[in-house]
Amino acid sequence: MNAYLQVSELACLRGERQLFHDLFFDLEAGTLMRIEGANGSGKTSLLRMLGGLTQPAAGRIQWNMVPIDELGERYRESVFLLGHQNALKDELSPIENLELAAALHGIPIQRADAMESLTSLGLSGATVQLPVRLLSQGQKRRAALAALAFRTQAPLWLLDEPFAALDPEAIRAVALRIATQLERGGIVVYTTHQEVALSAPRRASVLLQ
Amino acid sequence: MLLSIQALARRDLLLAFRQRADVLTTLLFFVLVCSLFPLGVGADPRLLQDIGPGVMWVAALLAAMLALNRLFAIDHADGSLEQILLAPQPLSVLVMAKIAAHWLSTGLPLVLIAPLLGLQYGLPAEALWVLTVSLLLGTPVLSLVGAIGASLTLGLRGGGALVSLLVLPLYVPVLIFGASAVEASASGLAYDAQLSLLGAFLLFALVFSPWATAAALKISLD
Repeated sequence: MNAYLQVSELACLRGERQLFHDLFFDLEAGTLMRIEGANGSGKTSLLRMLGGLTQPAAGRIQWNMVPIDELGERYRESVFLLGHQNALKDELSPIENLELAAALHGIPIQRADAMESLTSLGLSGATVQLPVRLLSQGQKRRAALAALAFRTQAPLWLLDEPFAALDPEAIRAVALRIATQLERGGIVVYTTHQEVALSAPRRASVLLQ
Repeated sequence: MLLSIQALARRDLLLAFRQRADVLTTLLFFVLVCSLFPLGVGADPRLLQDIGPGVMWVAALLAAMLALNRLFAIDHADGSLEQILLAPQPLSVLVMAKIAAHWLSTGLPLVLIAPLLGLQYGLPAEALWVLTVSLLLGTPVLSLVGAIGASLTLGLRGGGALVSLLVLPLYVPVLIFGASAVEASASGLAYDAQLSLLGAFLLFALVFSPWATAAALKISLD
């Protein structure tokens, strides 16, 4: 996997307020980066900028030495962004959600694969066939995180509070997914307010104030 | 790319099917408005035939408006719109798939039921036929143009009211030529010019709207 993310002089403006400015970091393959900061310090904004959803007020984001705006669709192919919303449709079952989300990103998956990835996060039996609106918060988060299994080809993972609402067992399963991805040469950038032990070849962190 | 387009269209149609009540609301609204006028203005056949085309087209416009907030608002609220923007396909193509699914679930039912409702106004057989064709050409334009308005007002407070102010003026040309095609055929005049113009609107909207909607969505989600 070819992965190198460079951020320089990045600034974020929300309304009139400047959340951060002059942010620099370089992330190479196998790096786990935690974004730290209080509520409202711009953690989600930074993740969305790295995903290409929000335009930076100033500065550059480069992926393998090319600005992400120029890469366009090829960059979006390399990114998996999970926001704090789960992006699940209430009326569909977890399994339907997973299949359709994978297909939207151009990845055809079999029902058995979808089933397996849900099972590995502790969703099984009748639960995977129920409409998502009947599931608990934690179960919804698990269903959203099951998509990690299909996005291993995307070298850059941007996870906004991946461990929120999860029980210890599910947290271990997600931590394992993240560790495997890092070993394969991916880059994982995440935010969390929980202390979770994650193993990683390289580490970085950024503190937003 | 085909896989993504199919997946998105299939997802939206599946959701429309699971939430049939929402889709039926639009259709019932159209049926009720079209049926209220004959009850309100009385049973004078000449008067009904005169106002029929206009009333039915206005009802179709309002029904299309009613359905617009379903297009992006729910996807925006649950975060799936973000994932659509992150998909490695041109956004305008994905937007087109969404609009197509939206028209199939809200526009097409109106077209299919319109000839039946036209009978209440005593429209002759040919005018009923023209009404159906004009709606078939016109309702996709309503969905396409509406999508621009819906994407611009995404996430705004009172977006529902704002979208009607934005979009209704843009619906006027479709209303004028749609209704006048039906009127012309009811009075035995040629109507192909109006239908050709509706077709031209449709082609123009097909080219322009997905692009404009995609741009507006990117701004709304920034």
